[in-house]
Amino acid sequence: MALSGMRGLSVFISDIRNCQNKEQERLRVDKELGNVRTRFKNEKGLTPYEKKKYVWKMLYIYMLGYDVDFGHMEAVSLISAPKYPEKQVGYIVTSCLLNENHDFLRLAINTVRNDIIGRNETFQCLALTLVGNIGGREFAESLAPDVQKLLISSSCRPLVRKKAALCLLRLFRKNPDVVNVDGWSDRMAQLLDERDFGVLTSSMSLLVALVASNHEAYWSCLPKCVKVLERLARNQDIPQEYTYYGIPSPWLQVKTMRALQYFPTIEDPSTRRSLFEVLQRILMGTDVVKNVNKNNASHSVLFEALALVMHLDAEKEMMSQCVALLGKFIAVREPNIRYLGLENMTRMLMVTDVQDIIKRHQAQIITSLKDPDISIRRRALDLLYGMCDVSNAKDIVEELLQYLNTAEFVMREELSLKIAILAEKFAPDLSWYVDVILQLIDKAGDFVSDDIWFRVVQFVTNNEDLQPYAALKAREYLDKPAIHETMVKVSAYILGEYSHLLARRPGCSPKEIFSLIHEKLPTVSTSTIPILLSTYAKILMHTQPPDSELQNQILAIFRKYESCIDAEIQQRAVEYLELSKKGAALMDVLAEMPKFPERQSSLIKKAEDTEADTAEQSAHKLRTQQQTSNALAVTDQPSANGTPPVSHLGLVKVPSMTNTDRNLADQGETEPNGTLSVVDPQPPSAPSPDVLGDLLGPLAIEGPQPDGAQPAHNLGSGVGVAPNAEDALALAPVEETATVQPIGNIAERFHALVLKDSGILYEDPYIQIGIKAEWRAHHGRLVLFLGNKNTAPLISVQALILPPSHLRMELSLVPETIPPRAQVQCPLEVVNLRPSRDLAVLDFSYNFGAQLVNVKLRLPAILNKFLQPISVSAEEFFPQWRSLSGPPLKLQEVVRGVRPMLLPEMANLFNSLRLMVCPGLDPNANNLVASTTFYSESTRAMLCLVRIETDPADRTQLRMTVASGDPTLTFELKEFIKEQLVFIPTAPTAAAPLVPPQPQPTSPPPPVSDPGALLAGLL
Amino acid sequence: MGIRFILMVNKQGQTRLAQYYEYLTLEERRALEGEIVRKCLARNEQQCSFVEHRNYKIVYRRYASLFFLVGVDNDENELAILEFIHLLVETMDRHFGNVCELDIMFHLEKAHFMLEEMVMNGCIVETSKANILTPIQLMDKAS
Repeated sequence: MALSGMRGLSVFISDIRNCQNKEQERLRVDKELGNVRTRFKNEKGLTPYEKKKYVWKMLYIYMLGYDVDFGHMEAVSLISAPKYPEKQVGYIVTSCLLNENHDFLRLAINTVRNDIIGRNETFQCLALTLVGNIGGREFAESLAPDVQKLLISSSCRPLVRKKAALCLLRLFRKNPDVVNVDGWSDRMAQLLDERDFGVLTSSMSLLVALVASNHEAYWSCLPKCVKVLERLARNQDIPQEYTYYGIPSPWLQVKTMRALQYFPTIEDPSTRRSLFEVLQRILMGTDVVKNVNKNNASHSVLFEALALVMHLDAEKEMMSQCVALLGKFIAVREPNIRYLGLENMTRMLMVTDVQDIIKRHQAQIITSLKDPDISIRRRALDLLYGMCDVSNAKDIVEELLQYLNTAEFVMREELSLKIAILAEKFAPDLSWYVDVILQLIDKAGDFVSDDIWFRVVQFVTNNEDLQPYAALKAREYLDKPAIHETMVKVSAYILGEYSHLLARRPGCSPKEIFSLIHEKLPTVSTSTIPILLSTYAKILMHTQPPDSELQNQILAIFRKYESCIDAEIQQRAVEYLELSKKGAALMDVLAEMPKFPERQSSLIKKAEDTEADTAEQSAHKLRTQQQTSNALAVTDQPSANGTPPVSHLGLVKVPSMTNTDRNLADQGETEPNGTLSVVDPQPPSAPSPDVLGDLLGPLAIEGPQPDGAQPAHNLGSGVGVAPNAEDALALAPVEETATVQPIGNIAERFHALVLKDSGILYEDPYIQIGIKAEWRAHHGRLVLFLGNKNTAPLISVQALILPPSHLRMELSLVPETIPPRAQVQCPLEVVNLRPSRDLAVLDFSYNFGAQLVNVKLRLPAILNKFLQPISVSAEEFFPQWRSLSGPPLKLQEVVRGVRPMLLPEMANLFNSLRLMVCPGLDPNANNLVASTTFYSESTRAMLCLVRIETDPADRTQLRMTVASGDPTLTFELKEFIKEQLVFIPTAPTAAAPLVPPQPQPTSPPPPVSDPGALLAGLL
Repeated sequence: MGIRFILMVNKQGQTRLAQYYEYLTLEERRALEGEIVRKCLARNEQQCSFVEHRNYKIVYRRYASLFFLVGVDNDENELAILEFIHLLVETMDRHFGNVCELDIMFHLEKAHFMLEEMVMNGCIVETSKANILTPIQLMDKAS
């Protein structure tokens, strides 16, 4: 069995196959890698055939999961081989081994382009496929016109054109500007008339991407899509080769219906009618058949048709037909259909008016919750959660609680959270709510966060009717032999407050309650003991007439803890002991807790307290705002057109100039670049009541910063600040509708916030969003400061947090209107569930006058915020380092393209990333060792160790080793550090402006920001 | 995006073919392959062919000793992908005649050529078996 005659390769594959274990395989692979490496070194003696053989071996080894860090050049060089077999291998292996940012790929651009515009269609196909799979921005800019030409060329054969279509799709995704909407929409419509199904299938994928980004431009394609669909559904004139088990290309049908879902609606009545006819036919005419393949194929079309019907918001009759179909599906034996039935029913919940019909299937859905297949159970859980309301909450929550007993570990957390949410949202009465949460704590205490039991306490405190019931329930749970610590907390609290209400019941005397609770004390952690002490004090107070035996017992406990090492426990013990001597005063101090303010979360309360503190300084606040806006306007001006700023001052809209403002303006006049720019941009780190003042501090600097580097940062008519085009790109998230331009560079601001905890997140002529954050272990608290800079209110303010899956985020209420010149604070609570580099996004919008502004901003709730620097000694470090041996706990990588920096500089960067550099641990002075602790719910506190080995001769590369006790954490941290090293963020002390770190810089960075130049200057 | 990757893995969990349509580092690939192979291979015949993993789905199908695993976006049409796997197998069958794991192992390059004719940039390019196999047949003739 020779691999196209490559005997050496076959032998190698056989050898690998015969390896008994991983170790043998590794040895064989290493031997082969050594062999290939030597052969590549004497490249002269290598025939194209041999080269081809070795390159395949490399791909094979890479596929097995071994690092192949050489030979890329050889693979790329095969692309320019004159003969097809070599060329083909070159193309395929290159697209498997390299990514779009690889330097070698650039070397091949010309060859690739020559192949694309050449006459050889097999070469064209290879080149188009490579670009389609891994082409980057550079390819997009240089090749898009050629690819477009091929796609619509009448002389080109379908085999080339179908590849051109998907190649263009890639280029469009890399740079949407390469497709000129005006010219292209007509061409696209023509493409849909295509007879060849390969070209049609690929073009449909291209259309989906184009329509998704701008459906209005491709309106003319809509009726054509309906025509294609009609032709397929009626099986008119479909080539045999494209009929799959009797179904006309199910893939093309699905794609076409997908494209139609990107048009918001269909207005033309006749097109709409034709489409509904087709859809009706699919809905009614799909039968279950015996052949699995045919059945799957026809149902793939059916499910897509269902999705399209939902999207089109059809008449109620058709919708109920869909629900009926889905109802049938969720009860069938075939697991795939059952899964898809549940999945699509969940989607159906979005459609209005069908919830009631879906509810009829509740019993069946609950059955699916007990399905042996976890995929199906997950779907059922999602659906039940989505369909829950006041009418069925009791049933559903009870089912979920029951399911909690058997649910596997991976689902418990999600399940617990969903139960808690549903119970609070839809509780028909409060005693039921208490029941549910107590059961939840009992069954899955590990997954019940403190907020949830706090909430129970709030409800019980606020509802007198509930108190005896809750106390009784708590008492019942305490009887259980082993209970979760959270249960100890909540029941101790409730019994402390309300156990006296039970006093007449058997087994509920103060003494009995006390001993029940006290039994648990040896099993709990230090955080629970203070709660128990309070409970004892309350029991003591409620015991009337006093029971001296009980009193002695409790006082003895207080005395025991009087010298406890934990400050909280000690303080409570001492205080309660003293209070117990005060007689009547004890009654006052320990009286029942007052009611909690109704429905107000502690979060908002805290926020309001801070507001009150700062309120009196509002006058100062206002002034600070004015100052900054002036500073901005004036210092920006000279760079705009070089004219003296004075002549323009009149044009600048300056709100009420005061004397101080004038002074500031004068400063800007005398020194165009602003003396301000030397001020340390870092705000005072100590918390200060004048938060806004702190936050505005950096602004004065950041405004003028771009002056030198980006002269295009001009003031135009002097009304606002308009950043240049590159800036706008870096800020890309700004929607097209927004004509309001941000001030300063959003990306830069974000990167500054990576390293510090307060600063400006966003600013435009109307609003300024500041941020201040506190991080503790895996918790974080960010406060967003939304400041209206105008004399008119900002209305329809909306802030939406789009959290990544690893963060739990809760934003408190954001007011819809921000009054003129006012600032509101919105606290945002963050909990880190597991290590990940994904980013949270703030989707923020408001109206100013008739203008709608919408921005999407990255929030600095990132990996390094959950780090706590920790210094380790050599004795601690080395055993740890050795015990974490090799992947996946310890990962090593050679990082290239590092922004060159001197070692102390890098150490500074690490320290500001909360990775504590431990000097002296590594004997080699060119190396750097750092340690830190990472916090998340899943990993808890976890020690991370990092080692960087630098090469003084070449500062653009280094070797990095990261180790921790969790494989994901190790990987994420490694990637995070790499990102920071490769695209150095704006260091707080850097005086020079830096280009926003973009994955693909559109233009060469201005010289000032070139670290090489900076470095040269320093030396 | 659509299709993110296509994997062929035998029942011992050894990768026989891997084609990714988004770039992942070697470590990422190793981790991903390990995780999903563990998840999918443990499933039985009565369970559905879809497994949710991170923020995407795996649609998989087993043929004798070989598993075909396709990673797709969450909103992809699962059954269409499931049948696309079958189309791939039928295409290989037409070429090799009763295709088996060894054919794919020892003709890795042909498997790659076929895949390349069928999927590009995570989208389906061609579904006609004759069209998919034409280039390979031309090459066989030439050599």
